[in-house]
Amino acid sequence: MAYVSIADRDHEIEHHDPQTFITKYIWSQDHKVIAIQYGLTAIFVGLIALALSVMMRLQLGFPDSFSFITPESYYQFVTMHGMIMVIYLLTALFLGGFGNYLIPLMCGSRDMVFPYMNMLSYWVYLLSVIILLISFFVPGGATGAGWTLYPPQAIAPGTPGIELGIILMLASLAVFIVAFTMGGLNYVTTVLQARCRGMTLMRLPLSVWGIFMATILGLLAFPALLVSAIMMLLDKTILTSFFMPAMISAGEQLSHTGGSPVLFQHLFWFFGHPEVYIVALPAFGIVSDILSTHARKNIFGYRMMVWAILAIGGLSFIVWAHHMYVSGMNPYFGFFFATTTLIIAVPTALKVYNWVLTLWQGNIHLRVPMLFAIGFIFTFIHGGLTGIFLGNVVVDLPLSDTYFVVAHFHMVMGVSPVLVVFGAIYHWFPKMTGKMYNETLGKWHFWMTFFGTYSIYLPMHYLGFLGVPRRYFSMGTTDFMPESAHTLNTSITISAIFVAVTQLIFLYNMIVSLRSGKKSDPNPWGAATLEWQTPDNPPKHGNWGHHLPEVHRWAYDYSVPGYPDDFIPQNVPASAEAPAGRDHGIHH
Amino acid sequence: MTITLIFLACIMVTVIGWLLRQTLNTQPWVSNEIDDAVSGKSLDTNSKAVGLATFLAVATSLFGLFISAYTLRMKMPDWNPLAEPDLLWINTGALVLASIAFQWTRGAAVKNNDNSVRIGLAISGALSVLFLGGQLLAWYQLQAVGDTMARNPANAFFYLLTAVHGLHMLGGLWVWARSAIKVWTGAPSEAVRVSVELCTVYWHFLLLVWAILFGMLLST
Repeated sequence: MAYVSIADRDHEIEHHDPQTFITKYIWSQDHKVIAIQYGLTAIFVGLIALALSVMMRLQLGFPDSFSFITPESYYQFVTMHGMIMVIYLLTALFLGGFGNYLIPLMCGSRDMVFPYMNMLSYWVYLLSVIILLISFFVPGGATGAGWTLYPPQAIAPGTPGIELGIILMLASLAVFIVAFTMGGLNYVTTVLQARCRGMTLMRLPLSVWGIFMATILGLLAFPALLVSAIMMLLDKTILTSFFMPAMISAGEQLSHTGGSPVLFQHLFWFFGHPEVYIVALPAFGIVSDILSTHARKNIFGYRMMVWAILAIGGLSFIVWAHHMYVSGMNPYFGFFFATTTLIIAVPTALKVYNWVLTLWQGNIHLRVPMLFAIGFIFTFIHGGLTGIFLGNVVVDLPLSDTYFVVAHFHMVMGVSPVLVVFGAIYHWFPKMTGKMYNETLGKWHFWMTFFGTYSIYLPMHYLGFLGVPRRYFSMGTTDFMPESAHTLNTSITISAIFVAVTQLIFLYNMIVSLRSGKKSDPNPWGAATLEWQTPDNPPKHGNWGHHLPEVHRWAYDYSVPGYPDDFIPQNVPASAEAPAGRDHGIHH
Repeated sequence: MTITLIFLACIMVTVIGWLLRQTLNTQPWVSNEIDDAVSGKSLDTNSKAVGLATFLAVATSLFGLFISAYTLRMKMPDWNPLAEPDLLWINTGALVLASIAFQWTRGAAVKNNDNSVRIGLAISGALSVLFLGGQLLAWYQLQAVGDTMARNPANAFFYLLTAVHGLHMLGGLWVWARSAIKVWTGAPSEAVRVSVELCTVYWHFLLLVWAILFGMLLST
């Protein structure tokens, strides 16, 4: 074979060390550098989206007090906040960031199997982000169609940003999908083909399982978004009628003929629902590893966890229409989708039980990553339970257009994955940078974020029950909304500003620790997975020095009876255990 | 959406079924020498082949979704079936021959027959370019009789589907061009064997997709 990918090579790795600053940090093909590029870009746009949410909350908490928030700009903030958070922050950060960083290290590979394509993936992602950000500055501004971009209003007169904003949004999504596909092909192929000796699929840490399955979902689901983006782009630019019905707008007949807006909704949610799990599955995996490591106990029900990931992945493709109960559908369809939605709660609940049972009688160390992981269990249970409400057609119909839905999806796929992002950054920061952060600040960051987000979203459920409608720029005066609802809105806004400001602690901690943090131990948490066993800290290009590791055990040998340390790294042979004759049955 | 679901169900059943077989009857918490000896490759093939197979799954999902959208949109009352130009039959013939030529080139590459690989790549490339040229010509023919994209959703789908299929072929031609330039400038066929093998698979896939799309366009 003429071509041997870098991941298959064992020796002569030093010759590949890039020498100049540009090849090392800019045009880098090292998965770790690409991961950090992805991560920093995603966090950067995430901060913009955070600022946008504060602007929205300012209007909702103190209506008509700020002249720079017009109804148009409000809808632009809503749209861009949602789109950036879901796609450009969470998807990019979990898969492009953590996927890139963790897959080769946890699998014991030197790099991704197609490093050049991996580099390209980041630069194309950056291009999509730039296109997205440009849309803020074009005439008419960014699109204000809502993050779901439903036609006809997404491109019909009256919606902000129907000139260039929507075109740039759709183009940016298409470019993002190209970037994701290039990255995704790498992640799948690397997990399948470039693991080190002894690393069976069932010895992989759950982080890799979660990222792997999420990537498969992404690869199969993002085409649906691509299809809808292309077709809407054509409806907008050359006036086809894929989605646009014949309609009269402001007294004028538009040139579109009988297109189907519901077709768009099907395509969008065919992507949109798996997208929830594209974000959730990596979070599930990472949380499992953080909990196990910091509770010094093997993960409870490893195989069941893997099967649950597979089941959730498969089921996530047949629940999409539960986002469309209010669009009108055959009642039998509604029944079908309500049933599948409730079924998907079973493997998800299994995972929650297993996390809790992992903590049970563990030797829990409440370090910063662990706090975030346990916080995730709380927020995820809350968000998940309200999901069961909304999965039922009859409950969904009255609640669908209220703040209850906003509260639900922010708990389940806003706060929960973001807590995992923070937990993961705190967990792997010593490995990525070789430095330790300030743990006290990290704990402050956790508690303020955790209570702050609860004080935002718990009251929102109540507003939803009152019938306070979401999507409205201004509530006006209505009989069904008591004065207390307005007061509550003000309080939510104050909490939101509090949480946003709290994130400065995180940024400060990361930046200062990077510059002057104390040197970290190569394996500060005593973790068993491979990334903590690298010869250098942080690992160099090629990861493993001269020899690839060999794996002799699963990723969760914590507190093994009779062994002097409370963890055994995956690359320690069975013969090296002291004393011999360990009873494997005890810990499972 | 049923069509996409069937496509995806097949893909997911394969993927999940295969993964389940890796995970049943294992006790990962028990260390054993059989597992220790497992190489890090799940599939006994080139990594590029796995990459291509994954990409084909993505492309299948994409085309499946387009077909689903087509069948859903077709039911709306303003749908006016398009009379496809007969030229498409000739284009289809060119694509079939390109696929056969690739298969032949692949055989030559496996046997390390340098000369045949050079000729085979030239023929398969020429036929593919012919196919793309023919598709463009079909567009011009439609434009000439006033069947523009915005005129009717059936037209719009025709242009869209042929364009997306053509773009996929352009991607394939990029890989083809790299291999062709290599062997034409004197590299042995061994240097491009993997690429030729993967191109062959990819061209068969493009033919299959085109056959399905063409059949659907003709019958509706």
